[in-house]
Amino acid sequence: MIDLWFVIIAFLWTGYFVLEGFDFGVGLLAPLLSRNDAEQRQSLHTIGPVWDGNEVWLITAVGAMFAAFPAWYSGVFSAFYLQVTLILVGLILRGVGLEWRGKVRNPAWCDMAVMVGSGLPAFLWGAVFADLLFGSAVAAVLGGAFTLTVCVLHGAVFLALRTTGAIRRRARVAALAAGAAVIPVAVLALSKLGTFPALAAMAALAAATALIWRRREGWAFTATAAAIVLSTLAVFMELRVRPLPGLTLAEAASGAYTLTMLSWIGLLALPFVLLYQGWTYYVFRKRVRVAA
Amino acid sequence: MDALDLARWQFGVTTVYHFLFVPLTIGLGIFVAGLQTAWHRTGKEHYLKLTKFFGKLFLINFAMGVVTGIVQEFQFGMNWSEYSTFVGDVFGAPLAMEALLAFFMESTFLGLWIFGWDRLPKKVHLACIWAAAIGSNLSAYFILAANAWMKHPVGYEVVDGKARMTDLWAVLTNSTALAQVPHVVGAAFIVAGGFVLAVCGYWMLRRNAPMWRSAARAALVMTAVAGAVVAGTGDLSGKLLYEQQPMKLAAAEGLQHDTAGAGFSVVPGVEIPKVLSFLATNDLNATVQGTEDLQRRFEQQFGPGDYRPDPAVVFWSFRLMIGFGMATVGLSVLGLWLTRRRREFPRRLSRALVAALPLPLLAVIAGWLLSEIGRQPWTVAGELLTAASVSPGVSLAEVAVSLGVFTLLYGALAVAEAVLLTRHVREGVPEPEPAPLAEQRREPSLMY
Repeated sequence: MIDLWFVIIAFLWTGYFVLEGFDFGVGLLAPLLSRNDAEQRQSLHTIGPVWDGNEVWLITAVGAMFAAFPAWYSGVFSAFYLQVTLILVGLILRGVGLEWRGKVRNPAWCDMAVMVGSGLPAFLWGAVFADLLFGSAVAAVLGGAFTLTVCVLHGAVFLALRTTGAIRRRARVAALAAGAAVIPVAVLALSKLGTFPALAAMAALAAATALIWRRREGWAFTATAAAIVLSTLAVFMELRVRPLPGLTLAEAASGAYTLTMLSWIGLLALPFVLLYQGWTYYVFRKRVRVAA
Repeated sequence: MDALDLARWQFGVTTVYHFLFVPLTIGLGIFVAGLQTAWHRTGKEHYLKLTKFFGKLFLINFAMGVVTGIVQEFQFGMNWSEYSTFVGDVFGAPLAMEALLAFFMESTFLGLWIFGWDRLPKKVHLACIWAAAIGSNLSAYFILAANAWMKHPVGYEVVDGKARMTDLWAVLTNSTALAQVPHVVGAAFIVAGGFVLAVCGYWMLRRNAPMWRSAARAALVMTAVAGAVVAGTGDLSGKLLYEQQPMKLAAAEGLQHDTAGAGFSVVPGVEIPKVLSFLATNDLNATVQGTEDLQRRFEQQFGPGDYRPDPAVVFWSFRLMIGFGMATVGLSVLGLWLTRRRREFPRRLSRALVAALPLPLLAVIAGWLLSEIGRQPWTVAGELLTAASVSPGVSLAEVAVSLGVFTLLYGALAVAEAVLLTRHVREGVPEPEPAPLAEQRREPSLMY
């Protein structure tokens, strides 16, 4: 039961990084790639209908940690107090920036808020997880650089996949540049983990860059998503052994009754969530054009 | 001043602030869904305009509710790690259920609603706003169930210094939760009703369009009905306090000693005899416990310590909650009477509706202060003291930094939100449009 819940939590975090990963990338890249307001709107429109739902993966992951492994939840978030504070500031800025953009007089402020608000968590989540695993500042910076560059690549590929026209061309160039940057960072960061999924993640990132070069945007996106799945898997394989210094999963876990009850609820609810979120992507499957 | 004090301030500031936006989201979501349903049923153009107008205000506000809510979820781990470790087994379950069953639904379907105007079949699109609105109400239920457990813990046992859940159903059907949910959700509808009424009042003073009258009448009904629910469940909550949280009841009444046939003190010095006993138990002569006598009993039960919450805050927040709440509901009942049988809104009524905008918000703030400060010094009544709940490893400086950051950021956002809402209220609805909507614009009308 403890293992099942660890897997569920790892699954939720993975979902969060895969989905919000491209949100972060798009938020960071949109002001850099757009030459005017219409293009900026076109870029943000690709994540418009889905980013809020994507963020709930984080809320669910953290809520599940709280319920299933209370000591782990409270240990991690009190240990990384200032980092988490900054992540929250980022998520706040980003949320209001995205929601308010079409409703303010000067959207440049919102674009700035979205950019900062995407960059902070994209970097800090990597830093927090790397610090949690290796307990060193160098590892934290490396981990942060890794998640930041992966998010940029993932977001660039997503933009190239979901838009038309000038933005699509520029997103492709940005993806190639991000791919060139991510590979050395990934080699340094993932080799510290050294496990098979970590190595496979490096391969997936290289493949993504090659695929975007060959204009296979759908496959490239699959590859970046796979890279995120694999690297999250690698991280959680380590966390499984040692979720927090001086703490084992069994010590952190809730009682068998709570875990059983939550399992039933989770197993009944998650398929529905996947179904209607999947439907959202299906509804908005068309490429986003520049608004007239 | 230590980390505990600052952590408490942070919780208070972030929670009160969060709860300015949440009730508006809960009530306004259903109101907008109702407007859109009215448009589907009648096909009248002005319902569509109202849907989009209030929809936009709803979205501006929704953003704030969401972003401030994320802070709440993390704060338990950051500032209250001992609490989280002790209660996670029980308290975490409704939180996880909220995310899984309610919040996913709310966010996903809201995204579909915002961007789906021209892409989804009309009925499916309508279903999306209902799903989002029901999601936020469901969310309120789970959060309030978790909150109620802190005041009246049920369905658990303490094993090795940790609370272990033994009965999820008991936690979800906690009597305190069942009284609190309709009370708080009803209050949310009053907040939303008061907001809609202020907006409509403003527009009826500027221009006499029948559209605003119909929206205002709907909001009057909503507020009055919610008022009845809130009053009824408030009474029920009082009776539960008598059994479950006698200290809070005594502090709210400023009652120091056990009293048979206790009177209800309206303000200090003005007392209606025997009413408190009657309200608490339906018996005019029942004995209500006083703070000093309870303090003595608690010391015997739990050891030395001060078990009395801040008397002035609890006493006055109780009166302000009832006063501001009843003023809002009273105004809406008066409004219903004055505008009965298609009578126009008198200008004075419209002015009063605009002026009354802050009242329900002040009432819900006072309600939370009463509810949460009233349970001090406990985080979990009878089980865990607030002083023992705080994170041991977090320094004063860390809490001070995050408290400062959140307070500044929240202050700036409050100004921005107020400016945005005011501007969009002033802009009103577009004048009659020449072409049918679908042909005229391809862009979703509510978008970034």
